Amino acid sequence: MFIINCPYCGEREQSEFKAGGEAHIVRPKQPTELSDDEWAEYLFMRKNIKGIQFERWNHTHGCRKWFNMVRDTSNDEIKAVYKMGEKPPVE
Amino acid sequence: MKKKYSIFSLIKNAFSYHENWGKAWKDPNPKKEYDAVIVGGGGHGLATAYYLAKKHNMKNIAVVEKGWIGGGNTGRNTTIIRSNYLWDASAGLYNHALKIWESLSQELNYNVMFSQRGVMNLAHNLQDVRDLKRRTHANRLNGIDAVYLNTEEVKKFCPIINTSPDIRYPVLGGTLQRRAGTARHDAVAWGYARGADEMGVDIIQNCEVKGIKRNGDVVEGLETTKGFIKTKKIGVVAAGHSSVIANMAGLKLPLESKPLQALVSEPVKPIIDTVVMSNAVHAYVSQSDKGELVIGAGTDDYVSYSQKGSHDIVEGTLNAILELYPIFSRMRMLRQWGGIVDICPDASPIISKTSIKGLYFNCGWGTGGFKATPGSGDLFAHTIANDEPHKLNAAFNINRFVSGDLVDEHGAAAVAH
Repeated sequence: MFIINCPYCGEREQSEFKAGGEAHIVRPKQPTELSDDEWAEYLFMRKNIKGIQFERWNHTHGCRKWFNMVRDTSNDEIKAVYKMGEKPPVE
Repeated sequence: MKKKYSIFSLIKNAFSYHENWGKAWKDPNPKKEYDAVIVGGGGHGLATAYYLAKKHNMKNIAVVEKGWIGGGNTGRNTTIIRSNYLWDASAGLYNHALKIWESLSQELNYNVMFSQRGVMNLAHNLQDVRDLKRRTHANRLNGIDAVYLNTEEVKKFCPIINTSPDIRYPVLGGTLQRRAGTARHDAVAWGYARGADEMGVDIIQNCEVKGIKRNGDVVEGLETTKGFIKTKKIGVVAAGHSSVIANMAGLKLPLESKPLQALVSEPVKPIIDTVVMSNAVHAYVSQSDKGELVIGAGTDDYVSYSQKGSHDIVEGTLNAILELYPIFSRMRMLRQWGGIVDICPDASPIISKTSIKGLYFNCGWGTGGFKATPGSGDLFAHTIANDEPHKLNAAFNINRFVSGDLVDEHGAAAVAH
């Protein structure tokens, strides 16, 4: 359990949020031209990093907005929170 | 040759106050080179080494473990064993394991305390009823014992369940697999370790893998905290840390590692003589031989390697448990813990070769790997020894995520993941 600083609502308990997985996976521009390998990469393959991970979260029981988070998955420490469309912070 | 465990050895050792039992496995330093190295000394890894030595005559092998054997998910699960999966491929895989469980204690000369006390899965809504009936039929077509029970039969089989129609999660029915049950998790790891050690397998603890050396698309060895180990075959059975090892080899896996929690209560006298699982509310209960209630909760939805889960998950599980078993309302919980489970998009495991020659992965068991331990080890050993999958694990190759031929057990496998 941890506290998440929603960029729209401020600090709330993590149970109000839903994790949306790895961030910055770009939807293919031309889906019809993708090979099976490229589809597998886009749909299924994940970095699943132990350490600093960029990910998406949704404040499902609050403002219901999506945003991005930088979190250390080895100890659940949140490093940064930023809105969708904003550039990820550099270390 | 190790001394056989028996009633006579027990009596003999009683005279020396049990202080002279021999070591069950050695504590060797790694050799320079092995024919195969298994990464991960949990149940699956040790079973793999055991069957490589026993059935494929590969004796010059090692198991490297970053902590101590059986200290990861093997020691953290709720020990439920069943094979009532929906799809043919899964039924074959898990039933293969169940058959080995039935004679495992005799084979290993080590009591794994396999207890076929039955596993019951409850239905709480009409869709559950339809799904469970469908799965029962599928199970029976695959030769797996399964029966569908109505509410009265559920109550008769496990009288402490509240089957009143006006509770939050009314019990509309359930399925029962009588051959299913539980086993003693530590004993499984220790039994396989002892058996493998006896055949010459080196079990190397406190030895963390730091890198995988490869020459082009062929593996050459492992960098570890105890030095470089040369080998042509690496079998990775690292559960939650599979992606970390895959990254070392430049591979990406379709896995996400998430915390899964369990808890045990204070010990009480026998009150529940079976295993009851409830898919929709994510609450599993059984009772250990010590008398503790063993309760399984759900996974958190975020990636984490911290071996800690969120409190609200446990709270939700206990809410459901109290609604279904009001008799437990005064029970106090003794311990709670989390394990890191590697979940595949289709909630089925990967037991497979990879694009790198000599590198094999056995991962993606998610929330339900313990039940498969003997079968997983047997089939993974076959895959490593022959460089080809056995027909029972052919469907569980890594390429299914490219071909689209998934084994989708999400929600179908008697439990939500």
